[in-house]
Amino acid sequence: MARRDAPEVNAGSMADIAFLLLIFFLVTTTIETDSGISRKLPPWQPEEQEPPVIKQRNIFTVLVNRNNELLVEDEFMEIEELRQAAFEFLDNGGGTGDEACDFCQGPGDPSSSVNPQKAIISLVNNRGTEYGTYIAVQNELVAAYNQLRDREAQRLYGKSFTQMEKEYNDPNYTGNKEKLKEQIGAIKDMIPQKLSEAEPTS
Amino acid sequence: MSKFKKKTNEGQPAISTASLPDIVFMLLFFFMVVTVMRQNTLMVQNKLPYADQVEKLDKKDLVMYIYAGKPSPRYQERFGTEARIQLNDKFASVSEVQQFIFAERETKREELIPYLTTALKVDEETNMGLVSDIKQELRKAEALKINYTTLQGDALRNME
Repeated sequence: MARRDAPEVNAGSMADIAFLLLIFFLVTTTIETDSGISRKLPPWQPEEQEPPVIKQRNIFTVLVNRNNELLVEDEFMEIEELRQAAFEFLDNGGGTGDEACDFCQGPGDPSSSVNPQKAIISLVNNRGTEYGTYIAVQNELVAAYNQLRDREAQRLYGKSFTQMEKEYNDPNYTGNKEKLKEQIGAIKDMIPQKLSEAEPTS
Repeated sequence: MSKFKKKTNEGQPAISTASLPDIVFMLLFFFMVVTVMRQNTLMVQNKLPYADQVEKLDKKDLVMYIYAGKPSPRYQERFGTEARIQLNDKFASVSEVQQFIFAERETKREELIPYLTTALKVDEETNMGLVSDIKQELRKAEALKINYTTLQGDALRNME
């Protein structure tokens, strides 16, 4: 018997098979990463502690009721105005002497905060508040802090705070990261995010 | 002269498709590598709220997911319409959150534990009561880094 050559395998359908697999993986792929508002919870303290004494003028109270309505500093407010109100509270700079704020541009109202280091925003929810509303309020308050931080970073270092953080987290950033970290830390010290959340009322 | 005439009659040669499988395979491998299969099947409604002051949540292996919301329509017959917590692939009660955190920590390397973040994927219609209960449990379990997962967009849209 004469030895015959093995016939060539037809590879024409290989593309079809590969396409099938490709489409499957295309459909199941989720490339996008999650994003959201990051927060740090206070550590658990089982026993009741004496709350530190804080002057009323340094507290900015935001109450949200079960109908998703806002009560800010004992006045009814729409969510659209919250960011500006919080910003004005932080930037007030009503302190004198040791408590003076050297960069604030607010009017120095004696009934509002002395400086951003002392200012505390207190958020109280109702158990019936919708989560969407809560996130909107959180978002606006964080935005107020970022607005002030951006302004100061722009003044001191010539670029906004959000830009600095973005560059710090960018692995391809070629500048001096140590210096950048220092600058971010300085801004954070200048304007700390003091957002206190109380237990929800029922 | 005839030399030149011959060529004009031949027409366009067919494009070789021999390298097509190679190209497709290249794409295939790319998508195979970047694909992340969904870890959990959602059993709750999960329409996330919008926010624009967001930070990205990189390093997916360092994130623990807690879902909460109303049970999906096909589970409503058995579990009702009251908002529930979902951990892994099943509904859970508030008291099981701590257990879940400890179990998740067990699976991670020890030096990575301080970097673990808990992502709360909560439906926007959920009441804050449930969310605060989860937060209290997280505080007890010392999982203090949390992230409220949101969609990117104007936060005022949540109020509608």
